[in-house]
Amino acid sequence: MTEEIVHLDEKDLGFSDAVRVAGGIDVNWCYQCGKCASGCPVAYEMDLTPSQLIHAIQLGLKDLVYKSKTMWLCASCQTCTTRCPQDVDIAEVLDTVKILMQRDKKKAQLPNVLKANKRFIGNLKWFGRLYELGMVAMLKLSTWNLTQDIGMGMKMLKKGKFSIFPRFKGARAVRKILSRVKKQEKV
Amino acid sequence: MKYAYYPGCSLHSTGEEFDKSLLAVCDKLGVELVEVEKWFCCGSTAAHNFSKLLATSLPMANLALLDKMGLDEVVVPCAMCFSKFKIAQHNVKSDEKLRSDVLEVIQADCNDDAKVIHPLTIFAEEPLLSKIPTAVERDLSGLKVVCYYGCLLTRPPKITQFDICEYPQTMDRVLRAAGITTLDWTYKTDCCGASFALSKPDIVVELSHKIIENAKSAGADAIAVACPMCHANLDTRQPDMEKTFDIESKMPILYFTQLMGYSFGISPEELMVDKHLTDAESIFEEVAQHAQ
Repeated sequence: MTEEIVHLDEKDLGFSDAVRVAGGIDVNWCYQCGKCASGCPVAYEMDLTPSQLIHAIQLGLKDLVYKSKTMWLCASCQTCTTRCPQDVDIAEVLDTVKILMQRDKKKAQLPNVLKANKRFIGNLKWFGRLYELGMVAMLKLSTWNLTQDIGMGMKMLKKGKFSIFPRFKGARAVRKILSRVKKQEKV
Repeated sequence: MKYAYYPGCSLHSTGEEFDKSLLAVCDKLGVELVEVEKWFCCGSTAAHNFSKLLATSLPMANLALLDKMGLDEVVVPCAMCFSKFKIAQHNVKSDEKLRSDVLEVIQADCNDDAKVIHPLTIFAEEPLLSKIPTAVERDLSGLKVVCYYGCLLTRPPKITQFDICEYPQTMDRVLRAAGITTLDWTYKTDCCGASFALSKPDIVVELSHKIIENAKSAGADAIAVACPMCHANLDTRQPDMEKTFDIESKMPILYFTQLMGYSFGISPEELMVDKHLTDAESIFEEVAQHAQ
């Protein structure tokens, strides 16, 4: 967590509206009690706490928000959303920021997190059900982390934890859903 | 009792023990689970990062498969899938625009009234709660277990509608009915690091370590879980915890269904206890010796 001078002339006044339209959550209900920040299990890794990020959205500091690591570190544990006294669905806001960033073609501060999620969806497109071994292998290859977790992976293989071969059940249905979603979201 | 059954991707791969032990326990208790035909992934940890429409459509399209089965109650053991189904149903009920978009995508009826149930709920309610003690064949009263619920069964409570979210008791009730001692502890619903297992494992090591340490200090012999992702994180990351924190960590992590199954006299092989990376077989051997 950091303290720095924020230049208010960099404000994008429509930003909280854009978040509300895209994700359905109005961040202006937040009165900065900080309950989300104190309950967040990953706050220790974040540059802005969840409440600081919400505040930045309220102020329209789009660049500050987009440059933050915070939303990429969200584990979706829903603690913030559950405890918010103002009923702000903070986890949903973080998802919305990630979606807006991809729409605006902005770079993620933690590219491997985005990559893992992309590999996941790519895997579904092929197999319909997640083919875990394929997904892990592809991810480790594409992030050049070939040696990371290799020992654990071998142990898991030995124990027969992974299905070695993929099945293609439901792949057609998933592909149809993906293409219809893509079409709808372009309109 | 007959329910539709949505195992989810993990239960057919890394979480196979959960699938097999759940089916074995249900068989003992006279619960019939009929697997949904042609089910596919619910979108899990990834879809919601890209599109709310996609994250809502995948679960709703799976729920639409229930109509053909003539069943309107579906058992969903994976906490992640359970949460995604519940959130999707909530979303289509509360957002008219999203609902019509989802209908367009899934091209089937929106089955938002289907009852999505976690197996713990069935076991913790009558008539099964009273039936569980009658199925017990092994004395496990010497075994002290902490119940780990994780995030997604309990939160957000207005959507999952599963027990008291800050201090749930459902799993404790079920395991106690099976003759197992469950302990109070403070990390029941803390996050294990979830899907960061793949993209940022240091977070998983940090968070899961806290959970295991708290279980140890409560005096637990094992941690009981109800989610394949929690299981993977707590079970497979213990060697990393040993390295990072210079400790020794050998905490057995078991699905609650494996514990129930063992108490019901089902063999450890059938319950696949040997599949875990952190040894869990020896606690059953100790209990067996103790009983003799």
